[in-house]
Amino acid sequence: MAYSQKVVDKFEETLNNPEKASVGRWKPGDEDFHRVGTGIVGAPACGDVMKLQIKCKNIDGVNRIVDARFKTYGCGSAIASSGQLIDMLKGKTLEEAQAISNQEIVDILELPSIKIHCSVLAEEAIHRAIDDFKSLRTND
Amino acid sequence: MWYTIGGMDKKYLFKRNNTWWVKVPVPLYLRDSLGFDLRKSTGEKDLEKALLARDKIVSDLKSKFVSERQNNQSAEASIKERTTYFDYASTTPVDERVIEKMKDCLSFEGVFGNSGSRSHVYGWKAEEMVEEARVNVSELLNCDPREIIWTSGATESDNLAIKGAANFYQSKGKHVITSKIEHKAVLDVCRQLEKDNYEITYLDPDENGVISPDAVKNAIREDTVLVSLMHINNEIGVINDIEEIGNITRANNVIFHVDAAQSAGKVPINLGSLNVDLMSFSAHKIYGPKGIGALYIRRKPRIRLQPLFHGGGQERGIRAGTLPTHQIVGMGEAFRIANEQMEMDLQKLTNFRSILWNGLKDMEEIYVNGAIENSFPGIFNLSFNFVEGESLIMALKNIAVSSGSACTSASLEPSYVLRALGRPDELAHSSIRFSFGRFTRTEEVENTVSLVRNSVSKLREISPLWEMYQDGIDLDKIEWA
Repeated sequence: MAYSQKVVDKFEETLNNPEKASVGRWKPGDEDFHRVGTGIVGAPACGDVMKLQIKCKNIDGVNRIVDARFKTYGCGSAIASSGQLIDMLKGKTLEEAQAISNQEIVDILELPSIKIHCSVLAEEAIHRAIDDFKSLRTND
Repeated sequence: MWYTIGGMDKKYLFKRNNTWWVKVPVPLYLRDSLGFDLRKSTGEKDLEKALLARDKIVSDLKSKFVSERQNNQSAEASIKERTTYFDYASTTPVDERVIEKMKDCLSFEGVFGNSGSRSHVYGWKAEEMVEEARVNVSELLNCDPREIIWTSGATESDNLAIKGAANFYQSKGKHVITSKIEHKAVLDVCRQLEKDNYEITYLDPDENGVISPDAVKNAIREDTVLVSLMHINNEIGVINDIEEIGNITRANNVIFHVDAAQSAGKVPINLGSLNVDLMSFSAHKIYGPKGIGALYIRRKPRIRLQPLFHGGGQERGIRAGTLPTHQIVGMGEAFRIANEQMEMDLQKLTNFRSILWNGLKDMEEIYVNGAIENSFPGIFNLSFNFVEGESLIMALKNIAVSSGSACTSASLEPSYVLRALGRPDELAHSSIRFSFGRFTRTEEVENTVSLVRNSVSKLREISPLWEMYQDGIDLDKIEWA
């Protein structure tokens, strides 16, 4: 199976310039860590784990994702899918981010059908991260 | 069909303005390469000058064509040079010496005859070539040439051996012993036998991938007809003790089949001293062509098989079908060369594996699948924990390797071989098989060391599992979603 050039480009972009591709994490103790929602999906035994963090700010009464970071263990298309998701998240409100569907990632990266689960993982990751962020808010 | 008008071919006539005109054909020596009048294409009215100009045009075109072809070839060659082939366990390129031999068996000038034709020299010559190849194969394995049957490859040989023996001897019993780490060509045949009410025992290997002779001994029952085990495992390179296992099967009067697709021509096999009854071979794993293999069937004690194919009675009725002379000759030559080069090849491969392992072994969380001792050095399987195998293959884009990762398989399951060794799934997902061969160069292996180190560390940089490991989190204690 050969990947589309888009998957290959996104993968290499992420690998060769991780900082620019938003690879990284926010740890407890970091500034604004209380504004970071984290979602971890997948399992090592299944061959992919995605960890997504979103940093949100209340702008004019709406929570917007101002920054996001990720780390992914998985095949090339899982890494490309998470990179693609990050590009789509920044600047979106939580409602808009919640509405991102895996099909958008499939279409942009031209994922082969056997790799669609990678995009599903990305969709689940953003849902988890949003849920995590909301649970932090209610505890405030 | 040509019409003639007043003795003139119609192809030279055309009608314009209601008048018939005669086309004067351009004589051959006045045409350029496209058939046009060269006095027009060269712009020279004078015939002599036009001829000279044509020569120049032709030679210019020729040199342009040649240089372009060379450019293309060198571009292709450099792409190939840049991509290191480390997947010899999957298949090998055909040795040039083998190709030369095969070429002689195809055209009218060559040995194209049907080796089954007894009535003329074309058939006799083909038969001679086929038998010469059979001798080459038998010499590598130290057996009688009459014990070698040509097949389409190791998959067919496995099918013929297992189904053939199980069916022929079913009155004795319907129990077959094999292992969990066999090639699919054996496992799927056994699954098929299960549907026909055979009982199969799948032995577990030890943690290094070896099937212990004792395990075989303990699994043998009154109704066991066949034990089928591989010589060298295709994923991890581990070598089974077929000598000891053969002694056990012979003592218990059970047929012993060995899949030697990965081992024939690579490590010494002496069928004269082994108690092996059936052995499968493939040509394309040892620098021969694809689509040809062989099955060894012992004569003393005589092993009988029920054929899979019926037809013209070739191969003493065990495998009907016209013999593909060129393929057979290719396999014979490949096995003959292997016989000559085995020691040299093996020495080279051992050296390659040491270079790779010495360059990588100090990395954190790296595991050898199988064992370095007691394994064939041409196959070296490593797991890089916290890095998924397919992503590593993508990162190592200039190295052609394969992985036990689920993502490289159609089934989305990680390697069943590595799981059978008791490796956790995540290590199976993280495995890479490096397999070297006759055309591997030392510098290719040396360059791979830094490439692998570099790619693994980049991928670990973006791996959440590596991050957790570094933080001292026990991944086994996490409840994964």
